Amino acid sequence: MTEHVSPRDVDRAARVPAPIALLAELTHRCPLACPYCSNPLELEATRSELTTEQWISVFNQAAALGVLHLHLSGGEPASRRDLVELTAAGAAAGLYTNLITSGVGLNERRIAELSDAGLDHLQLSLQGATPELADRVGGYKGGYERKIAVAQWTHAAGIPLTVNAVCHKQNMDQMADMLDLAVRLGARRIEIATVQFHGWAEKNRKALMPTREQVLRANAFVNEARKRLEGVIVIDYVPADHHSSYPKACMGGWGRTGLNITPSGRVLPCHAAESIPSLQFDSVMDRPLADIWYHGAAFNAYRGDHWMPDLCRTCERKEIDFGGCRCQAMAIAGDASATDPVCIRSPLRQTLVEQAEIDSRAEPPPFVYRSMRPAREDG
Amino acid sequence: MSETPVITGATIAKLARGVRLREDPVRGQTVLLAPERALALDDIAVAVVKALDGERTLDAIAEEFARQFDAPKDQILGDIISFVEEFSNRRMLELRS
Ligand code: SF4
Ligand code: SF4
Repeated sequence: MTEHVSPRDVDRAARVPAPIALLAELTHRCPLACPYCSNPLELEATRSELTTEQWISVFNQAAALGVLHLHLSGGEPASRRDLVELTAAGAAAGLYTNLITSGVGLNERRIAELSDAGLDHLQLSLQGATPELADRVGGYKGGYERKIAVAQWTHAAGIPLTVNAVCHKQNMDQMADMLDLAVRLGARRIEIATVQFHGWAEKNRKALMPTREQVLRANAFVNEARKRLEGVIVIDYVPADHHSSYPKACMGGWGRTGLNITPSGRVLPCHAAESIPSLQFDSVMDRPLADIWYHGAAFNAYRGDHWMPDLCRTCERKEIDFGGCRCQAMAIAGDASATDPVCIRSPLRQTLVEQAEIDSRAEPPPFVYRSMRPAREDG
Repeated sequence: MSETPVITGATIAKLARGVRLREDPVRGQTVLLAPERALALDDIAVAVVKALDGERTLDAIAEEFARQFDAPKDQILGDIISFVEEFSNRRMLELRS
């Protein structure tokens, strides 16, 4: 795993900012089975997960590298028995610790322990505003009820709460009710994000793609609710990207603001990066984190503009959206260095929008739930 | 907590739980950390945040700053109120009055 550092690399490293956020996928285990789960199709097995000590070393390295926010995620992070210990270690490293959870696997005592360990914030996913819908989307009976309890315990422990609502064709019309619920649960913030069509969600396009009418209604609703609820709850909203003219700056730009570590320690520039077959990823088991961030091949692959097609390299927006999402370019253009097909200047935009229209109008087929392949190895 | 709060000189504010001020030695700055947000603050903003101790009113803070920086109190109070409004709208402060 030795790599020769050329003068050009050093120069490039000098211009690379330190990362702000680390998303630690502590495990891919999860009791739920959301059909849009952002975990890869090939889930990592329990036996390959990093140990407690290895994660703690990663957190310390991340803090030294300049990371400020630590997102403890999964899968379901509460499936790790050492979650409280890991939270305490993140806090001790000075990191702002945020737990991203479905709530299943937490109880009142564990939440109190997390609070004592220094947990700064908790982000709870909500699959719908009614138990019927939420449990059907999550593929887990009783999940909704547990979430409501978790929100109340979190509030009682004084930990600030964000509700995370991933929205799509089948729950978008409950947006107002999900927002009301979030306010009632005492959340300070709600994140309403439209499904991103990678991985599992890609397999469920016809079941999840919202219609144009739904998107327009949602946009108008969010604008109105933001004014009405100013100072009560902060609404962060991510609309479906093919309804805008330009792509989003995916991850704030490749290798610019954040990194993602899989349960076994592979370091990715974004959670979907493994869908790009030409990339090779380093592991925290083989190489220091700072070295991976500044010199890792996967991180440098799409930094700067050397990799860009002319369309983007000559475009005045290249410092704003960095050419969009590499994984989407891979999925649709079959080339990870293509212009994001969502961009209005991309020759593939028309096809993408037409396909989305067709999927949005389809009668939703049954969900393809996320699962371990070939068979579940554990629960 | 379902109405937008009104900020006046009588308001008392402190950072909400989950919002912290921290030195960021790697970038040589002071940052205010909140969920999904890291705001780099200038010296004046840092002084204001530190003064929001959950005990003194904004009026009392403005008076102290006016003495300390030899500047008109009303203007300082106006600045502090807009700062508190902005951060309160982001749900980063706890308020009493
Ligand atoms: S998206 Fe659903 S299935 Fe995937 S980790 Fe989160 S709760 Fe579990
Ligand atoms: S052409 Fe490239 S850089 Fe320009 S807006 Fe489109 S994706 Fe962004």
